[in-house]
Amino acid sequence: MAASRGVMPGSVSASRRVWVLRVAFVLIALVAWEALSRSGLLFKDVVPSLGAIWSALAKVLSTRDFYANLGVTAHEIGIAVIIGGVTGLAAGIVLGANRFLSQAFESLLLYLGPTPKIIFFPVMIMWFGVGTGSKIAMGVVSCFFPIAISAAAGMRQIDTVLIRVGRSFRASTWQMVKSIYLPAMREPIVTGLRLGLGVAIIGTLLAETKLSNRGLGYLVIQSYALFDMPKMYALLIVLFVLSIGVNALIGRFSHAQRVAVR
Amino acid sequence: MTAATRSRGSTWMRSRAGARVVGVVSTIAVVALVELLIAAGAINAFVVPKPTQILLAIPRIVAEENVLHRFWQTAQEVIWASLLLAVFGIALGALLFRFLGLRLAFEAWVGALAAAPIVLMYPLFLVIFGRSTTTIVMIGFAAGLAPVILKTVDGLSGTRKVLIDVGRSFKLSRSQQFWKVLLPAALPAVFVGLKLGLIFAMINIVGVEFLINFGGLGQLINELAERYDLPGTYGAILFVILASVLFFAALERIERWLRPVA
Repeated sequence: MAASRGVMPGSVSASRRVWVLRVAFVLIALVAWEALSRSGLLFKDVVPSLGAIWSALAKVLSTRDFYANLGVTAHEIGIAVIIGGVTGLAAGIVLGANRFLSQAFESLLLYLGPTPKIIFFPVMIMWFGVGTGSKIAMGVVSCFFPIAISAAAGMRQIDTVLIRVGRSFRASTWQMVKSIYLPAMREPIVTGLRLGLGVAIIGTLLAETKLSNRGLGYLVIQSYALFDMPKMYALLIVLFVLSIGVNALIGRFSHAQRVAVR
Repeated sequence: MTAATRSRGSTWMRSRAGARVVGVVSTIAVVALVELLIAAGAINAFVVPKPTQILLAIPRIVAEENVLHRFWQTAQEVIWASLLLAVFGIALGALLFRFLGLRLAFEAWVGALAAAPIVLMYPLFLVIFGRSTTTIVMIGFAAGLAPVILKTVDGLSGTRKVLIDVGRSFKLSRSQQFWKVLLPAALPAVFVGLKLGLIFAMINIVGVEFLINFGGLGQLINELAERYDLPGTYGAILFVILASVLFFAALERIERWLRPVA
């Protein structure tokens, strides 16, 4: 930190200055946006005024249609995370518990994990149709990998003493999973779920923008197709707030769990 | 078979190489099983083409669909995005490191940006930049920016005090201190950030090519799927997976090569 300058972290003046900087940044961004909107430098409506976006946001949030589509997307993501979470967790536990299986198959997970999942969407449409099935499948494919990789890594971090204690009590496989593995892996599981949920949201919503007639992704791409820019901006704001909010909520849960364990 | 031979065989089976062979053989066995099930009519050939048809389709799409040209198009987009990431990501990271107030105010926001589903903003980028290469490159850049900034800040902050003191004893100017001491010391961490940023950029670039039906490999999958060329679609997906794996492997190699420099 020797080359950093400005304020001493933790002090009252530092925290005040941080807030001033943040508020100043937001205000400058908003003023710049409004100025750009009124300048006529860009095509009309590409950068709508803040008032137009605000009223579109209020309108979107007050319509029943929005909540119906939010329900569809939440349903798809929820089922995807349940299926992807359970299968990912099972695969991670099996690979993490058995070194041979890990050496034989984990490279498949590691290679397929970071590939762009949306390219599987045509295959998902052929397998599960154009309805919610293919969107759920996209969510499952997206969230399976981070959860499985995280669970496998978590299994390997478990204190071997705990495993030996379980074995010395002649615990069955299910008892080992329930009483030793899962409690000891709480943190990597939450991290995996957090990552998995994030990519499941992206996978499901992108699939909705590509081919769907329901869901928030559909609403976004429809407002783009109709060139209803204020509505599109409003929907993107809602999507960002929801995604970051859910992520922060799981992060807070993970933090609370860590504190409780200590 | 003697006991010694049996024991050698069993040891080889348990070795890393043995596990890998088992992994490859099991994967081939699953593919062969799928081939048989399709031939027997248990799996619909109009939904899942035979693996042999997929393999035969690869040379066809390489010759007829200009795969190498498309690969180069995608590679160019990734190169442009990586240049932008290196220039702006490292510069912004250095700025946050240099001014502690800015770091305290905005580092958490950059972290939130890393969790934000930026690719969902592609309709917005379409409106601003049109259906063009610029849209694809800018989404790749935006998606990969946060890890580069965060790891640059980490790397610069982790510079050993003794190195900074040596720089001071030589009465280096602030700029010399940055270019000759801080940046070289932070290079391994900066490269980890660039690697993560490039992975995010590549995933999003191929994804957006698919979604907006423009550009290189992503568009190829979309076009083949729209033509209902099933073996071609599966073959193109395999090709993209192979390209991604080679890309990640190359990044790993470069990272390992850079590590001793630290």
